[in-house]
Amino acid sequence: MAVITLDSEMTDLKNGPGPDAVFAAKLAEGVFEIQKCGGCGAYIFHPRVICPTCGSANLGWITPTGHGTVYARTIVRRKPERGGDYNVVLVDLDEGVRMMSRVDGIANEEIVAGLKVTAAIGEGADGEPAVVFRPEGGAL
Amino acid sequence: MSLRGKAAIVGAALAGCGEAHGKSSMEITIEAAYGALADAGIALGEVDAIATCQPLDMLSGLTLAQELGLNPKFTMNNRMGGSSFLSHTLWAAMLLELRLADTVLICYGSNQRTASGKLMTALGLPTYEAPYKPMFPLSSYALAADRHMTQFGTTREQLADVAVAARAWAQKNPEAFIRDPLTREDVIASRLVSDPLRVRDCCLVTDGGGAIVMRRAETAKDHPKPPVYLLGGGEGTTHRDISEMADLTVTGAAQSGAAAMTMAGVKPADIDVVQLYDAFTINVILFLEDLGFCKKGEGGAFVENGGIAPGGHLPVNTNGGGLSCVHPGMYGIFTLVEAVRQLRGEAGDRQIAGAELALAHGNGGVLSSQVTNILGTDTAL
Repeated sequence: MAVITLDSEMTDLKNGPGPDAVFAAKLAEGVFEIQKCGGCGAYIFHPRVICPTCGSANLGWITPTGHGTVYARTIVRRKPERGGDYNVVLVDLDEGVRMMSRVDGIANEEIVAGLKVTAAIGEGADGEPAVVFRPEGGAL
Repeated sequence: MSLRGKAAIVGAALAGCGEAHGKSSMEITIEAAYGALADAGIALGEVDAIATCQPLDMLSGLTLAQELGLNPKFTMNNRMGGSSFLSHTLWAAMLLELRLADTVLICYGSNQRTASGKLMTALGLPTYEAPYKPMFPLSSYALAADRHMTQFGTTREQLADVAVAARAWAQKNPEAFIRDPLTREDVIASRLVSDPLRVRDCCLVTDGGGAIVMRRAETAKDHPKPPVYLLGGGEGTTHRDISEMADLTVTGAAQSGAAAMTMAGVKPADIDVVQLYDAFTINVILFLEDLGFCKKGEGGAFVENGGIAPGGHLPVNTNGGGLSCVHPGMYGIFTLVEAVRQLRGEAGDRQIAGAELALAHGNGGVLSSQVTNILGTDTAL
């Protein structure tokens, strides 16, 4: 972990808004970005104030390739009258970060660990903008 | 300085297990606390440090002091989920060893079954998981089970055998909530909730409370029941949200178990009886691996065909566990009470003959917090 000595890093911490708000504002404009550490180069998701690898507060935003691989999957079972079944997955982005999401455009049972997927901006459970995935090469 | 053998559990009790109609969570807690003090032969006024953690009351430590009519020197309200109580024992041992307190009461109670019929929790979904609506906490464990099956070939049948073993133990425990026969086929035919987990892979929703009283080892024999010594303890915290868990097949129990066993000076093969927080069947497989009872990836084979059932190669969750005995939301305290009963020889039909060393293990959050305690009799000290 880095010793925090640089005035610039303290400035990074104090400058608002915080990373949650920045991420949400970008997503609302249809932009999916993740953080990259200016200290050690690690990619970071979810958005944070300091790098979980090296402790640096010097974090910037980059556009990920959007390519990822399903790490684990579950299907939440719901009666049809309550909206029916849906999948919940953990996806490892090619940048090395993991996120929870949903894979659209494929039957729930066909989603397995190792499936290659591509990110898109879709809708969350309450209609809010959310990063979702579709099978690589598939149409959404 | 080691905490090995410095403190002991001198009183233990359960209260309101199953359905406690007309009682609040704190009322059940007080009933358990009163029982543990009676078991120890200690007057309420001698308690000078308390610890609790309750599902909905964020200041439950303060409520506990108020309802006990005490002005304790120390009030511990550390919240790590179901593992909290196994952490409270470690802090209790520190307070006792430093002579900052003389009598520590650790207790819990919940009326979640009769009050709500489901898991009561003050927790909401994490910001970056909420849009995908995972079931809390079930889907997090389902993802861990899916990954374990993918990575190691763990089977549906092996998961089921964890629940079958718990039920077989529950059938030997008159206090267990569900004691009907349960087969592997029953588990596999039960309703899917969040794949691959089915209803019978999930812990019960019951009411219930538990409490223990701890004192310094030097005075631990001045009580009616044989003391149960805290020989080792350790913690591991790896994440808060399942999407932040680095490897869904390796929990913080690897860290907590190693720390606890190093302090106690024991190895897994020395342990006579094991109490694990079995919120879901996958938990038992993960913890047996991470605590060193078998190799990583071999937990499925370890539990298969009665491996942890009565007559198997390792007795696990001899009360019937959260799966079949009692699960009022934060099960950790019950691993301690059952370990005490086994080490005192009070476990009736389910007693493990000659049990001298017990391991109690709590899980908190979504595989997030792991805390291990090694407990032993006078012989093991």
